[in-house]
Amino acid sequence: MPGPMATVIWLVGTALELAFVVCSVARNSFFKYFFLNLYILAVLTSSIGRCIFLQTFGLESDQYRYVYFYTDALLTLALYVALISLYSRVFGALGMGKYVRLISVLLLLGTSLFSYAVVAQSEDRLVTNFAYELSQNLYFVGLVLTYILWGAVVKLRESRTRVVQFILALGVYFSAYAASYALVNLASKYSVVVQILAPVISCLLPLSWTMTMWRHSEESRLIPAQLLAVQR
Amino acid sequence: MMASLIFVVSVVTLLMFFVSYCRSLMASSSRHPLSREVRDVTGIPALPTGKDFVRVTQLLQLCPERPEDRPGLRAVNLYYDILSLVQNSIARLIPSLREWTEQELAGCASFAVVVLDRRIAFSREILAQQDEI
Repeated sequence: MPGPMATVIWLVGTALELAFVVCSVARNSFFKYFFLNLYILAVLTSSIGRCIFLQTFGLESDQYRYVYFYTDALLTLALYVALISLYSRVFGALGMGKYVRLISVLLLLGTSLFSYAVVAQSEDRLVTNFAYELSQNLYFVGLVLTYILWGAVVKLRESRTRVVQFILALGVYFSAYAASYALVNLASKYSVVVQILAPVISCLLPLSWTMTMWRHSEESRLIPAQLLAVQR
Repeated sequence: MMASLIFVVSVVTLLMFFVSYCRSLMASSSRHPLSREVRDVTGIPALPTGKDFVRVTQLLQLCPERPEDRPGLRAVNLYYDILSLVQNSIARLIPSLREWTEQELAGCASFAVVVLDRRIAFSREILAQQDEI
């Protein structure tokens, strides 16, 4: 069974996820950011599902591990959909929505097929380092996509505060996860550190999204060029 | 090899996204006009410098907390700590980096001053409500 610290982090994370959905509804933005809300709702559902498996089978059981890593892969795909919805928002003004949708469908299919092929080949290895490797790759693809989107935001001078902050928070999230899983693949002795860090990182995304949703209206604007670490 | 590459790239982008995120938090408060009260309390006549940050955060602890400020302030606090570390290490050798960190530290201090200004206004509101009761 997880310790009191892990339980507290889980409760905080769940409360933050709920807070984001409530905030979106209260700010009349649930449908404006439907896919972000859908992702958060999926996280909430899987979190409850994992909790049931944990209570029934225990932390060390194969059932819990399979549920954990499969839901993790599914949630990463759901997060890709959320990311693509942000792509649509950024490129929507340029009338490139059709191309974004086409590329996103191809990307989703490609990622799903790749994940399925790898999992089908290595069913017995899911509970080993392989699961970390798969997660590392999925998060890294997410990181690259977010980086490209951030480049587009700066280039197209996207100024909506909400969109900019959602993308930046997503960038932090993907980078932190990809780095954590890569660290485990480099040296498995750090897996304990990642087991502690991963739930904390997962709290950061709903926290920053809730903050953005609560503090800024849809009309709020900023200058993205000013946000670059090195001014151009 | 692949894991090492992913690790290095991820750490670099993590820093880049974190810096930009903190800047977005600070940018959204940059247009906030400072009241005369906060100028008097902090003793900052015009623009704060990086050195003012610690003093302003100490003053912040004396005011009732506004829950909505907490996460942003924590992120900027962490950013300030990272910048201070850079300023006291690598930036000693590279003058342009030292200049940049000084600018960023001043940005953190400006953010803290705006938060203090909001907290003072919040305290006044609470006092006014208590008087009404």
